[in-house]
Amino acid sequence: MSIATAAQTIGPYWHLLDDPALADLTRFGATGERIELVGTVRDGDGELVTDGCIELWQPSPAADDVFPGFGRCATDAHGRFRFITLKPGPVPGRGNTLQAPHLAINILARGILTRLYTRAYFEGEPLNAADPLLGLIEDPARRATLIARPVGLATWQMDIRLQGNDETVFIEV
Amino acid sequence: MNELALGAFRDRTNQAPPARPSGEAGSLFQRDRSVQPPAYAPGYKTSVLRSPRNALLSLESSLSELTGPVFGHNEIGPLDNDLIRNYAKTGDPIGERIIVHGRVLDESGRAVPGALVEFWQANAGGRYRHKKDTYLAPIDPNFGGCGRTLTLEDGSYAFRTVKPGPYPWRNYVNSWRPAHIHLSIFGTSFGQRLITQMYFEGDPLIRICPIVNTIPDQDAIDRLIAPLDLNASAPLDTLAYRFDIVLRGQRSTLFENRKEGN
Ligand SMILES: [Fe+2]
Repeated sequence: MSIATAAQTIGPYWHLLDDPALADLTRFGATGERIELVGTVRDGDGELVTDGCIELWQPSPAADDVFPGFGRCATDAHGRFRFITLKPGPVPGRGNTLQAPHLAINILARGILTRLYTRAYFEGEPLNAADPLLGLIEDPARRATLIARPVGLATWQMDIRLQGNDETVFIEV
Repeated sequence: MNELALGAFRDRTNQAPPARPSGEAGSLFQRDRSVQPPAYAPGYKTSVLRSPRNALLSLESSLSELTGPVFGHNEIGPLDNDLIRNYAKTGDPIGERIIVHGRVLDESGRAVPGALVEFWQANAGGRYRHKKDTYLAPIDPNFGGCGRTLTLEDGSYAFRTVKPGPYPWRNYVNSWRPAHIHLSIFGTSFGQRLITQMYFEGDPLIRICPIVNTIPDQDAIDRLIAPLDLNASAPLDTLAYRFDIVLRGQRSTLFENRKEGN
């Protein structure tokens, strides 16, 4: 057995590897239900996090030549991130469960020592009621931190709060 | 920002991740928090307001954590693992020429082939080619400071660069970062994702670095310190340092049909 390498912060200068094209998962011509996921990131004082790195992964729709399934986006001067992707479908959970459509999200930034992991679900999705992960969160206000709400025709918003009263639910992974 | 980055991730011909039905999705090894930095580490001031206060929600890993992006060789440019040449304009960058190499393994000791390893660093004077870095050490016109590579079948990777310099930062009055290279590693699943920093054997700044010291375990710190590897060096040309990386382990099929929460 080996021991996993310790994580360290991504720091303030990770933009050296930033490629803004990565925020658009449809850039290779993928077709399907095109959506935008937008949001802001704030710290425990409510201050905008303007040097963050948000990563997105989705196993649905399955990645292929034209759909990478992975995206990366820097938060801008207003703490905002914006992805363009395809709306995911439900995916199998453990055992005989079905997971509601969701996006897997990493949050990396100066001051974050080990990446934070969370998910973005979609408001109004009937499968949310039976989702194994959402079902673990008893407090409706806490559960709501994982649910993106529609703010436009195909735009969904999920703000991320690193700390505070409306702190996002972060997931052990 | 770095013109090098613009060529990345183009022209994908990667395959979809292998389809894994739910029962065969496996699971990730439990994370050993005793060798990882906590979210809240007051010695590193920026962590104070950027650390969640609630406990993390425990979850049996599922498809979203057990699959991940696949990166292909056609996304990697020929100079992407050569920071001495990939930004060179009028000559080589100033600094000690070094090779950094090692293997990416999982906790079972298995090689992780095809892992994307990204790296970025300050130049030999301790200055990043980044608009927010205002340190008085000069920008090196021949040094961009970032690159990427994919691990081979045996999990090995290597890149060539110049040794980065230490630099001051605003934490305490006289805080200096030891010389370090930032690394980002994608294993086979999103659950294995790792961002870390590599330090250099013999650097007296490591011991007093508030970011290093967020790690609660001395052995875990020592594993971030790359030893000199004279055998891998190029005589009369370039010294080498060895840095092995261990990602979380992942079981397959052991917990087939296991119910959520059991
Ligand atoms: Fe750094």
